Amino acid sequence: MLCNVCKENEATVHLTQMIEGKIKKVDLCEPCSKSKGVDDPTGFSLADLLLGLGAAQESQAATPGLELSCPQCGHTQADFKKSGRLGCPRCYEVFREGLEGLLKSMHKGTKHVGKVPLSLQENKTMKERLKALQGELEAAVCREDFESAATLRDKIKQTSDRLQSLPVAQPES
Amino acid sequence: MSSTIHDFLIPAGEAAKRSGPADKIVLSSRVRLARNLKQFPFPGTGKKSDRLKVLDVLRPAVEGLPQMAERFSDTLDNLTPMDKQILVERHLVSREHAAKGAGSGLVINREETLCVMINEEDHLRMQSLRPGLQLREAWRTLDNVDSALEGPLDFAFSFELGYLTACPTNLGTGIRVSAMLHLPALVLSEQINQIIQAVNKLGLAVRGLYGEGTEALGNVFQVSNQMTLGETESDIVERINKVLAQLIDHEENARASLLEKKPSMLFNHVGRAYGIVANAHCISSKETMNLLSLMRLGVDLGLFPGVQRSLVDELFVITQPAHLQLGLSEKLTAEERDLARADMLRERLKQVRRPAQSVSGGGSGGGGADKPSKT
Repeated sequence: MLCNVCKENEATVHLTQMIEGKIKKVDLCEPCSKSKGVDDPTGFSLADLLLGLGAAQESQAATPGLELSCPQCGHTQADFKKSGRLGCPRCYEVFREGLEGLLKSMHKGTKHVGKVPLSLQENKTMKERLKALQGELEAAVCREDFESAATLRDKIKQTSDRLQSLPVAQPES
Repeated sequence: MSSTIHDFLIPAGEAAKRSGPADKIVLSSRVRLARNLKQFPFPGTGKKSDRLKVLDVLRPAVEGLPQMAERFSDTLDNLTPMDKQILVERHLVSREHAAKGAGSGLVINREETLCVMINEEDHLRMQSLRPGLQLREAWRTLDNVDSALEGPLDFAFSFELGYLTACPTNLGTGIRVSAMLHLPALVLSEQINQIIQAVNKLGLAVRGLYGEGTEALGNVFQVSNQMTLGETESDIVERINKVLAQLIDHEENARASLLEKKPSMLFNHVGRAYGIVANAHCISSKETMNLLSLMRLGVDLGLFPGVQRSLVDELFVITQPAHLQLGLSEKLTAEERDLARADMLRERLKQVRRPAQSVSGGGSGGGGADKPSKT
């Protein structure tokens, strides 16, 4: 069995850990296990290794004081790593970048396609309409159909005014 | 509505009589939604004052639901450890929620088909419960409840990521669709591990009796979705429905094939289970569950003529530690409980005759295959 990290040496260190209720296994060779800190079981999390979060933390450790934290609730990247939980809805924007890979690995997709609260459904429709109108406008301008373009511009104005007046979802980055 | 949880809950004997489609194998269906209020930190991060504020907002909103007109509603600090354990044994609250105190709450409707946990891991964990295989119905009910609540409440939602939850594993729909299955024949025929692996590959989790990280006591397995983002709620429900239909088929086939190919092994297990459960003087809760599971299988196969499946299902609940303690004034030690449990089982199974030596026609449990075995 080859080491999962270097894929060269024979794996002699075999680890099993429960992550999110799932059993994860990893096989490492002696040098790789040392470099990943596996010989210190308290400081090692298989999740880091598998999800590549370990590297992110190392680079942060090199520049103390710069650790990402949520301005709303104070939750830090380290808190997230420790508990596997976010601190508040806002955290999803703050830790967005680090979350992307994680979400990809645990879900079917990274874009929500399910239920939308009724109060936000119009918001969603308007946003989509706005996008479509803007496309049409561009096309109209391209073919120098300025009459249509003028109508479209009015429609866009109307739609975006309506959108302004609607309740909003969690901000997106 | 000032009654205690014990006065409120439907007696275990009655609860065991509730029936639903395919309930020979599917004990119950459950759909859960996780929701959070936009302007508050998640329960695990927030201060106690935040949780109390959230509880103050959510509890009246949930109590105001038409479905909750007749209800049990309380905060977790008002419940004794015993109350909480009873709720866990009834599968109404998670073990995580039972561990909570001030700042967390619980609202259950009269029929025990709707149960809302406030400030568990998320601000709101709403569950819809049904006997047998009724995932679609459970989802429809809960969808309506959620829609009724989203009017007055401001849920944390993003178009991109959906409903925002404390744990990214619930992100998006926040839905957990699950069914509790009784699969004794797949265990006896040693196919269960293969089946679990196959189900896992389809992105579904298979867990024990009390959910995450628990043992599959009594051959009861919980199958649920793991992915919550990138798929609609109804797609998730239908996907699980498909897998459940197959699991039911596999279990039925395993029962039929055991009867045909290994009848003495099957009768041996059922007969021994009956022998111990009906005659023991000291028995643990774990052993009881595993043996009652085999008796339940015996009832399903018609080996206990005249015995209702609900008797076994009731015993399954009332032999658990907190239920056993209920009604007894003195707190029992684990050893004393094992004695009391055996006493209760002998008493309740006094009228049950030893199992038939062969399968003849269907019993009250609906019967299995009708092929007689060699005796």
